[in-house]
Amino acid sequence: MSIKIALVGNPNSGKTTLFNALTGSNQYVGNWPGVTVEKKEGRIKWNKEVILTDLPGIYSLSPYTPEEIVARNYLVEEHPSAIINIVDGTNLERNLYLTTQLFDFGIPMVIAINFMDIVEKRGIKLDLSKLSKSLGCPVIEISALKSKGIKEVALEAISVSSLRDERKKRIFSSAVEGALEKIGEVVASSYIEENELRWLSVKLFERDDEIMAHINLSDDKKAKIEEIISSLEKSYDDDSVEIITSERYDYVTKIVDKRTRGKEKMSVSDKIDKIVTNRFLAIPLFALIMFAVYYIAIGSLGAFLTDFMNDTLFGEWIIPSVTALLEKLEVAPWLVGLIADGAIGGVGAVLGFVPQMLILFLLLSILEDCGYMSRIAFIMDRVFRRFGLSGKSFIPMLIASGCGVPGIMASRTIEQQNDRKITIMTTGFIPCSAKMPIVSFVAGYILGGGWRGALVSTGAYFIGIAAVVCSGIILKKFKAFAGHPSPFVMELPEYHLPAAKNVFKSTFDRGWGFIKRAGTVILIASVLIWIGQNVSLESTSEAELSVNEDGSFVTDGEGNYVSGVHAHLIYGEDGSVVGYEKTEHKGLHFIENGCTSKSVLQVVGECVALAFKPLGFGDSWEASVATILGLVAKEEVVGAIGTMSDGGLETSSEEFFDGSFLKGISFMIFNLLCAPCFAAIGAIKNEMNNRKWTWATLGYMTGLAYAASLVTYQIGILFRWGSFSFWTVVAFVVLAVFLYLLFKPAKFSIIDTCKRIFRKKEKANK
Amino acid sequence: MTLKNARVGDTVKVLRVEGEGPIRRRIMDLGITKGVEIYVRKVAPLGDPFELTVRGYELSVRKDDAKMVLVEKVSLGANEKGEKKNVD
Repeated sequence: MSIKIALVGNPNSGKTTLFNALTGSNQYVGNWPGVTVEKKEGRIKWNKEVILTDLPGIYSLSPYTPEEIVARNYLVEEHPSAIINIVDGTNLERNLYLTTQLFDFGIPMVIAINFMDIVEKRGIKLDLSKLSKSLGCPVIEISALKSKGIKEVALEAISVSSLRDERKKRIFSSAVEGALEKIGEVVASSYIEENELRWLSVKLFERDDEIMAHINLSDDKKAKIEEIISSLEKSYDDDSVEIITSERYDYVTKIVDKRTRGKEKMSVSDKIDKIVTNRFLAIPLFALIMFAVYYIAIGSLGAFLTDFMNDTLFGEWIIPSVTALLEKLEVAPWLVGLIADGAIGGVGAVLGFVPQMLILFLLLSILEDCGYMSRIAFIMDRVFRRFGLSGKSFIPMLIASGCGVPGIMASRTIEQQNDRKITIMTTGFIPCSAKMPIVSFVAGYILGGGWRGALVSTGAYFIGIAAVVCSGIILKKFKAFAGHPSPFVMELPEYHLPAAKNVFKSTFDRGWGFIKRAGTVILIASVLIWIGQNVSLESTSEAELSVNEDGSFVTDGEGNYVSGVHAHLIYGEDGSVVGYEKTEHKGLHFIENGCTSKSVLQVVGECVALAFKPLGFGDSWEASVATILGLVAKEEVVGAIGTMSDGGLETSSEEFFDGSFLKGISFMIFNLLCAPCFAAIGAIKNEMNNRKWTWATLGYMTGLAYAASLVTYQIGILFRWGSFSFWTVVAFVVLAVFLYLLFKPAKFSIIDTCKRIFRKKEKANK
Repeated sequence: MTLKNARVGDTVKVLRVEGEGPIRRRIMDLGITKGVEIYVRKVAPLGDPFELTVRGYELSVRKDDAKMVLVEKVSLGANEKGEKKNVD
C-alpha cells in the first residue's frame, strides 16, 4: 500500500527545493486538469512506497486563485494520509496562518520550518518543542537547500500518516467555536465524515457560496445557519470572514515568538534596495541589467552558439552526413529529402535556438532566484496597470523581444490567472529577433531604405507594443477575463545568492520542455510543410527529351544523356539510349527537379492569397506562401521570398508587391502580428493547457493582424490613390469597432464595483 | 484615513478592511487585519505600488487596493516635519 503525502506551503518557502531533495529524479511533472497550474508528483528517494504531491505555493485556502482551488480540491477529494507543511522561519506569522487553515481538514500534519539559519543569524533561537506543543503536531527544523533535516520530516510524516488526527484544535475564541459547533450540528449527517465537519462548518460560517451549493442544504437549515452567523456578526460588529481571518491571526500571534519579526535595523537587502529601487536609479539600472542579459544571451555568446548549431552542426555535419548515409542505403530520393530537409532541417532550425534560450533561461533564473525579478515587477507595475496588466507581465514581454518561446514560458510567474492568459495571448505581438528580417526586408527593399525605411523599422516595435497595450485594454473588458480580480500583492523576498542547484534545475527543465516540443509539434509541422512544398496534385504528361536532327538524343558536354523531366530513358543492350518513355504524373506525386507542376503549397498559397486580396499583398501567391512558411519559423518568410523570386530579394519587391510600399507595410504588419511560429504555438499550448484557449489565442492574433493590415492598406490607398471600394467600408467599420472596444467603459470590472461601493460608504460616513 | 494616504516612514494601525469579495479576502489573508500595525517602507519609483512591512515581512500593495484599508496613524515618518513624532 502506498502512502500519499501532500506538500503544502507559501510561495518562496523553499517548497520546491524540499520536494526536489526528497524525490530526486523520481518526478512526474504535468498540469492539474484544466488549469495552467503545474502538478508535480514523485516518490521519495529511499522509500518508493511514499508518493509525494507538491501542491502549488499558496498563501491561503480561501480559495480564489486557481492554485488555491487546486490545493483545496486535492486535500478534500484525494484524502492524503499526511501533510508536510513547509513554513518559512523568517516569516512565521503569515506562514502559520495557512497552517491554521490546514488544521481544519483534520489530516495528520508535520511542520517543517525552513530558513532557520537566517533566523539564527538574527540571533533568535526558536523554542521548537514549545511551538510543537502549542500547534499540537511535530515541528522539525530543516534546511531544504542543504538537505538538512529533510529525512526526519519525511519519516515523521510517514509515522503520523497511520494515525487519525484526534487532536481537536480549537483555535478560535469560545464564541466563534460555539457558533461553528452549532453549524456543525445543523449540517451533521451520516454521509459527512467527522473530520470533514470542522472544515465544512468553517466554510459555511464564511458563507462560501460554492460549498453552500455543493452540499445542497434545505432552506430551513440554510436559514438556521444564517441566523447563527448574523447573531455573531452583530455582537462582533464585523462580518464573518473578517472574524475568522482576524482570529486565525490572533491565534498565530499568541503562539509565535514576537522576536522572529526581527529586522529593525537596515539589512543588506534594504541597502541594495535603496539603490535598486531608487527613484532615479531604478530604471537606468534595470535597463543596464537587461542590456547585459541580452548582450550575453542573444548578442554575443548566444548568437555564436546558435550560428554554430544552425550552420555548422546541422548545416555541415548532420544533414550532409545523414543524406550521404541514406543515399548509401539506396533510400528513395524523396525519402532522403523528407528526412534530411523536411524533418531534420525543420527541427534543426528550431533546435538552433536552444543554446540562446538556455543562456537566457540561465541568466533569468539567476535574476529570479536572487530576488531581482520581483523588484522589476515592483518598478514597472505602475506602467503596466494602465492597460490592465501587472508589473509581472513585463518580464515575459521583455524576453519575447528576443524570442517569444521563453517569453511565453516566463508568464508562469504571474499569479493572477487572467493576467497570465492575457500575457500569453499578447506576448507574441512583440517583434522577436526572427521577425527582424521581415522588417529589414520591407524597410530595405520595398521602401528603399532611407528615412522611410528607418521610420518603418522603428514603427515595427511601436506596432508590437501598441498591439499589446490595446489588447490588454480590450481583452480585460471581456467577461472571460473579468473573473475574480485578485489584487496585486507581492512579496519582495530578501536578496540572497542564487543557489546553483535551483538555477540549473530550472534552466534545464525549461530547456528540456522546449526540446521535447521540437520533437513533436515542430517535427510534424516541418514534415507537413516539406511535403506541401514537394508534392503536387496536378497532372502532367508531356515529355521533354530533346532529340537531335539525326535522331540521336541530346547529350551534355560530357557525353551524358540529358534526361527530360518526365522521361525515363530506355537503354539498349550496348548501354546506349534507344528510346524513352513518357511518364505521366497523375494525382499525387513528388516534384522532381525542374518539374513544372504546382506544388500543394502553391495551390494552398493561391487559395490563401484570395483572403489576403483586401490586404494588398494577395495579388501574388508567393507572398501568401511566405506567410504560411512563417509558421515554421519567422526567418522563413524572407528566406522563402528570396527563393521564389527570380532575381532574389532585389527584384522581389517588383515581382510580388508591385513596388507598392503600402502593400509592403501591410505585409509586414500582418506577419508581425499574426499567429507565431510553431515553437511559440507549442509554448502557448503548454502554458494555456487548454485547447480552446490555444485556438482562441491564435485566432485573436491572426484576427488582429488581419484587421490592422486591412485598415492600414485600405485607408492608405484611399488617401494615396483615392480608391474606394467595398473593402474601404469594411476597413472603416473594423476601425470603428476597434475604437469602440478600446474606449467603451468596462462593464464587468469588479474593481469599479468595489470603488463605487466604497465611495457610497464614504459618503454615508460623512 | 486610508492606507493609500500614508507616507513613506509612517507606521499605521488597521481599523478595518473595506470592500468585498476576493480582493478584500486576499488583503486579509496576507495579514492586513484589524489591529495590525503596518510600516510603510518605500514607494516604487513611479509612485505606485507601496512596499509595506506587515507582521515581519515585506509586501507590495497597489494604492488602489490600499484604499480599501482604513487606518489610523501611530507614528509619522521621519521625512514629515523633519523628525519622528508620536501622535497618539
